[in-house]
Amino acid sequence: MSALAHVPTGSGQPATPPAARSGRYRFLPYLLLLPGAAWLFLFFALPLVQLAAASLYDPSGSLATGYALTWAFGNYPDALQAYWPQFTRSFLYAGMALVLALLMGYPLAYAIAQKAGRWKNLLLVCVVAPMFTSFLVRTLAWKTILSDNGWIVGLLRDVHLLGPDGRLLATPVAVVLGLTYNFLPFLVLPLYASLERLDYRLLEAASDLYASPLRAFRKVTLPLSMPGLVAGTLLFFIPASGDYINAELLGTPKEYMIGNVIDSAFLVRLDYPQGAALSFLLMAAILAVVFGYLRKAGTDEVL
Amino acid sequence: MTRISRWLADRWLMGVALLVLGYLFLPIAVVAGLSFNRPSSRLSYDFNEFTLDNWRRPCATSDMCDAVVRSVQIGFLATVVATVLGTLMAFALVRHRFRGRSGINVLIFLPMATPELVMGTSLLALFVSAGVPQGFWTIVIAHVMFCVSFVVVTVKARLAGMDSRLEEAAMDLYASEWQTFRRITLPLVLPGIVAAALLAFSLSFDDFIITNFNAGTTVTFPMYVWGAAQRGIPPQVNVIGTAMFLIALLLVLASTLRGRRAKRFS
Repeated sequence: MSALAHVPTGSGQPATPPAARSGRYRFLPYLLLLPGAAWLFLFFALPLVQLAAASLYDPSGSLATGYALTWAFGNYPDALQAYWPQFTRSFLYAGMALVLALLMGYPLAYAIAQKAGRWKNLLLVCVVAPMFTSFLVRTLAWKTILSDNGWIVGLLRDVHLLGPDGRLLATPVAVVLGLTYNFLPFLVLPLYASLERLDYRLLEAASDLYASPLRAFRKVTLPLSMPGLVAGTLLFFIPASGDYINAELLGTPKEYMIGNVIDSAFLVRLDYPQGAALSFLLMAAILAVVFGYLRKAGTDEVL
Repeated sequence: MTRISRWLADRWLMGVALLVLGYLFLPIAVVAGLSFNRPSSRLSYDFNEFTLDNWRRPCATSDMCDAVVRSVQIGFLATVVATVLGTLMAFALVRHRFRGRSGINVLIFLPMATPELVMGTSLLALFVSAGVPQGFWTIVIAHVMFCVSFVVVTVKARLAGMDSRLEEAAMDLYASEWQTFRRITLPLVLPGIVAAALLAFSLSFDDFIITNFNAGTTVTFPMYVWGAAQRGIPPQVNVIGTAMFLIALLLVLASTLRGRRAKRFS
């Protein structure tokens, strides 16, 4: 499965690439790299610099009158102050979705890797298959599933988990469920890659040594699946915290995340300095979470 | 006793796994179901009445089909460029030793770790400040940018797992470098390149966030769905969603069957 390719497997690189055989080849690698690297430099790295510049524009300018780069660092605290609730909400929702996804994704990955036998590949295709349909169309399908007239809401009302007028759509529940759903495969695939290499005999050894199943899981399975767990968590959390589609389609402005604010800053309000500052704050926050988490999880295999 | 508890543990786990798969497939089933629906009103998402009309005339709303065609064009162009650029880079990284390798690796890794939102807004900032009008070509440029990294890792994985002795054998048998590349290297790497191209196309076809910031007035299929979500979704959107799912599923099944047959022959 091609989607597995970016999962760290630890054996991606050959020991050493062969040295250039003669002078004729000295420049060949650079020639091969040039077009791709130039593209990434021009359209990935350079735009980031431009975005950094835009975040320091004089906020009193506008798209029509032009912006002046005045190193207005004040844009950052201003933006943070104005949109603090959306900012914290992004990480809160992404975190809650992550917990849900772990609760669902770990058993799924473990079952496919260790228990599925010859059905392994088929089940793996089943994990990826939902992504074959358009992201937006799938998210809209949740509108139907969670609709006020749908059977899920009906059932929850019947068992009094929801009041007679209670709803799921346009609530935080719907947004978190949507986030969980949309990024779950990104969590499951790297986890699967780690768990697939887990030697079942280690668990048998643990139980021979009188470890309870829970203890064997904590002491053997969990540490051995750590690289996949870390990679999967990151692949889940990064897009989930920057997402604004679920909040827009399944929520209301009360559930808006920072992505919604950035989207409207650039495309509706045309306030580029603020949008750029918020983009950088989002990236900085994600990087901080990622590196803090990596340090805690204590694995270097991901980067 | 342990036997029974293990049997239970196995089944319990498989049960949970199947429930989670059910959760993953529920929306697909709903999309497929809604593709046969005649909605009661434009803004209704509930199932109303069975009909085959949506499948019979998928282009009844012509804007949508225009958007699908545009998405296919953009996906095709972005895939071709990204696959060529990414494959060249993968060859350089796996087959050659050179200075600046780690810098290149970082440049390839970063786009995969950067939130799409940040890539989208930064490109928008660049295009606006450079005075480039946004539209079809800026979308293609953006899509190539985020697809290249995925192509590199996919092709690299294939190249790294290749037995280089086959190429040495060809050279020993007096094949020229070009012949070795054409007859040995390329056929062996090709499955990786095809997989990378398919991945690139699906990433491009389904991209919304980056496209949304760089599309100008050009409408791709995801952009159409986004816009229509506010005005009311035509049921034909679900036909496209279901068709995409079926086509991709067929491709995967075909490649699995081919792989299995190849394994039997060797």
